[in-house]
Amino acid sequence: MAKPAAIPLPPEPTLSNEEILRYSRHLIMPEVGMEGQLRLKAARVLCVGAGGLGSPVSLYLAAAGVGTLGLVDFDVVDFTNLQRQIIHSTADVGRKKLDSAVEKLRGVNPHVDLRTFETRLNSENALRIVRDFDIVVDGTDNFPTRYLVNDACVLAGKLNVYGSIFRFDGQVSVFAAKDGPCYRCLYPEPPPPGLVPSCAEGGVLGILPGLVGVMQATETVKLILGRGEPLVGRLILVDALGMRFQELRIRKNPECPICGPRPTITGLVDYDAFCGVRGEEAPGETGRVPEIQVEELKRKLDAREDVFVLDVRERHEVAICGLGGHLIPLGELPKRAHELDSSRDIVVYCHLGVRSAKAVAFLRQAGFRKVRSLAGGVRAWADRIDGSMPKY
Amino acid sequence: MTVHIPAPLRPYAGKEAALEIPAATVGEALARLVERHPDLRRHLYGEGGKLRSFVNVYLNDEDIRYLQKEATPVKEGDALSIVPSIAGGR
Repeated sequence: MAKPAAIPLPPEPTLSNEEILRYSRHLIMPEVGMEGQLRLKAARVLCVGAGGLGSPVSLYLAAAGVGTLGLVDFDVVDFTNLQRQIIHSTADVGRKKLDSAVEKLRGVNPHVDLRTFETRLNSENALRIVRDFDIVVDGTDNFPTRYLVNDACVLAGKLNVYGSIFRFDGQVSVFAAKDGPCYRCLYPEPPPPGLVPSCAEGGVLGILPGLVGVMQATETVKLILGRGEPLVGRLILVDALGMRFQELRIRKNPECPICGPRPTITGLVDYDAFCGVRGEEAPGETGRVPEIQVEELKRKLDAREDVFVLDVRERHEVAICGLGGHLIPLGELPKRAHELDSSRDIVVYCHLGVRSAKAVAFLRQAGFRKVRSLAGGVRAWADRIDGSMPKY
Repeated sequence: MTVHIPAPLRPYAGKEAALEIPAATVGEALARLVERHPDLRRHLYGEGGKLRSFVNVYLNDEDIRYLQKEATPVKEGDALSIVPSIAGGR
């Protein structure tokens, strides 16, 4: 596998005395040295997402002296971010992530040219944004954007430093290098919506994006320096629980619809449609099952109407908060559906309304007719009915 | 052979991370796996019983799509890894 070219040096590169002192631990290593540090300074890296992965990636790349750092994000810092998105502080809750990130990155290294894009990366803007960078670091959190970043990188000829996380597991690779495979070579198609839970539903160990993001930052620096063996054609699986790292081969798929010799995708497409979702974080099958709003459930409970409340969350979530009722975690429902009385009105709830929608879909197939999903889950209850209930 | 179950699929495999399954081919190992844990079936196989395209299966470090797919012979000591796509990052 050919090593991707390092970033070309600008015509008259120089470092100030302050920069020489700052980067001295790089400069005394032959693998970096003055030439490598100037390559870092000339490099333009785009971080898509200033969240879990984007935090360590942007902090370390800024510290390392990457000259131009682009950040794409549209979100606002909230309390649930702080467990892992270490670029943001408690005082930043409510601020735009870009504003918070820029402040921290300037503090780390004022020599970095920061370029911010306050937008959701989409098929209209992706090629225009990616064009002015050499390397794209994918720190997004959903399948449509993963395929979008991949396709934009392949079409624009940019390296894609990929990392993704779920609970205790991570994946890292480098896609779209010359002669190397792309994300579509690894996974030709996304899973149907709802089958793979998002971090908001499934959770993620707060440290894991640190581990995986630092691996992405390491690969980015190596690609810029043209040193070592990049993760081109290799997928690293991180298992934080077992603390095991597994390396798998990724072949360039000769039938790949975008990077193969006979591409059928020659421009960006509609990635929500490709992934079968209406938008980011589309709540799976919700909308296709009967729902009940929290206000109506409140009224029914207050009026002591006959409603059977079914909680399909996991046992450890019950300790956080809930509406009481009968507990059958979603995974156990097929074996325990006999515990339910199909003649009664059943309201199923979970955290955000995704699992309860699946439970309702399952129960309706099993012959239950008077079963509805609580729209928005306990989160909606905390937002609209009981302000004293904790949110998670 | 050892079959490694990734975290997202462990709830459907009795919460186990790895199982020892005697088999002569990759397909046989997977068939015995879903026999033992029927809830896994819909996560691994789509309509028509084909392995889903967002679930990759590796024999040791090689994707079975580039070996003999499910007919790939296996031997004692081989490791089969199921690697579904995950997308989290924020």
